[in-house]
Amino acid sequence: MKQYALKRLIGMIPLLLGITIISFGMMHLAPGEPSVVGNEFNPKVSADDIERLRAYYGLDKPLYEQYWNWLKRLAVLDFGNSFSSDGRAVLDKVLERLPVTLWINILAMLLILAVAIPIGVASAVRQNSWFDRGMTIFVFIGFAIPSFWLGLLLMIGLGVNTNLLPVSGIHDYSWQQMGWIEQQLDLMKHLILPVFVSAIGGLAGMSRFMRSGMLDVIRADYITTARAMGVAERVIRYRLALKNAMLPIITLLGLSIPGLIGGSVIVEQLFSIPGMGLLFYEAVLSRDYPLVMGITVIGAVLTLMGNLLADLSYAWADPRIRHGGKG
Amino acid sequence: MKALFMKNPLLLIGTVVVATVALLAVLAPFISPYDPSDINVRAILLPPSWEHWCGTDTLGRDVLTRMLYGARVSLAVGFVAVGIALVVGIFLGSIAGHYGGKVDGALMRLTDMVLCFPTFFLILAVIAFLEPSIWNIMIVIGLTSWMGVTRLVRAEFLSLRERDFILAARSLGVSSFQLIWRYLLPNAIGPILVSAVLGVAGAVLVESGLSFLGLGVQPPDPSWGNMLTEGKDNIQIAWWLSVYPGLAILITVLGYNLLGEGLRDLFDPKGNKR
Repeated sequence: MKQYALKRLIGMIPLLLGITIISFGMMHLAPGEPSVVGNEFNPKVSADDIERLRAYYGLDKPLYEQYWNWLKRLAVLDFGNSFSSDGRAVLDKVLERLPVTLWINILAMLLILAVAIPIGVASAVRQNSWFDRGMTIFVFIGFAIPSFWLGLLLMIGLGVNTNLLPVSGIHDYSWQQMGWIEQQLDLMKHLILPVFVSAIGGLAGMSRFMRSGMLDVIRADYITTARAMGVAERVIRYRLALKNAMLPIITLLGLSIPGLIGGSVIVEQLFSIPGMGLLFYEAVLSRDYPLVMGITVIGAVLTLMGNLLADLSYAWADPRIRHGGKG
Repeated sequence: MKALFMKNPLLLIGTVVVATVALLAVLAPFISPYDPSDINVRAILLPPSWEHWCGTDTLGRDVLTRMLYGARVSLAVGFVAVGIALVVGIFLGSIAGHYGGKVDGALMRLTDMVLCFPTFFLILAVIAFLEPSIWNIMIVIGLTSWMGVTRLVRAEFLSLRERDFILAARSLGVSSFQLIWRYLLPNAIGPILVSAVLGVAGAVLVESGLSFLGLGVQPPDPSWGNMLTEGKDNIQIAWWLSVYPGLAILITVLGYNLLGEGLRDLFDPKGNKR
């Protein structure tokens, strides 16, 4: 197991390098460089000044050297300073926004697991029943519905017209005056809609996947054997079949991380949630390049770590990998 | 033909929806008496009525008309983006699947890498550096969605490679290019078509998301996504601005998904019949 984990960790290095190369390349796609932008028509800025600025930012060096310097700074988590007026370090800005985003995504994943697995199993066990058909329709709609539109409809239905749930931000006006328990309840109330909207696509995909996985397993020889030996149907379904059908779910969870993290831009913008997605959106709008690059790299690294975690738990759950059959 | 559709209801519904949406988009100027960009100060934010079936927006423009023209934008983005993804995906997948070995390993590594990138972040980052315009969006969506096609083409080629007719062609000395173009690709066309149709659905969704954020198709050009932005801004007073354009996205994406699933069943009747 340890060996496998080590192998996977080393395998991440080329991926990380690739991510930085893509990001660095994109940075140089940007029209104009910081030394020229804003100074083109300024008569007081001579060609010499621009040269000096280029030297100051290290832009006069060959591209590979610039990349190497950038990489060295990345290695110590120095993403540079934001272009915005506060000029704070990118890392600080991201770190204060990250927890909300992580919470929403983790809760969304838990919701997906808690709902999709029972739905998938029930659909598979009662294949072609009315329940199964209804769920199939739900899955198709879940795949096709734009999450932000669902969010808008829920905002109209539950927020604007009936005032059942808050539709923006994560705190009520009176947050400061509340007691601790009230604060947590208020936070949860604010997170219900965003979490549900983030989860909808994954819900559809996961329940479909669970259904077909369960159908595959139910037809396996060892299940037939168990049935022939008179094991109770309940035990077969929920103890023998479920365990094996759930294995691929772990991989799918890992694969759904990029979608969740990317989707947080839309969800956070829609519900005005001050998380990493909204920060990214604001950075894109204001062309805050260091912030955009920093978040892209951090987002990619988070995704990689999520994938690694998924692979490791898969290995932990599957004895064939745990004991080093294949790596 | 009739028997085919009766046996495959997904294909039937999908075809009907896709054809209807395409027809409405093409015939938009003949269907609607209004112009999508005609501002009418006497008809601002009217709820749905006989004159304006889906109401009017903040500038008094007819929402249904803008939806019809928006269909043109969304479908154009979907098709061009998928076209780009197909070209890249088929090219890389063919090389990986045909040559195998180290080339295959390297290309698959690349594919995995892009696959675990949060694509939406990548798209937004590129848009931040370039300008949000319909052409940039087509290119960016296309260049971030080729991975599925690459894997698929490679997998098809790997399984075809060992078949007798390919071995025969190879032993006759057919060149690599000819082998890929004349023998391998035509035999992989089914799954490629399925993934292209599903890809259109995905691209339409991404485009609408980008336009909703204001980083896609720019007003005054109508797109379902940027119409919904207006819906969000007027959520307290004009529900019709939020409801109808989203419904258009849902129906279109659903149509392409159903068509894709129907085609999958058609090409691979044994595969997913459960």
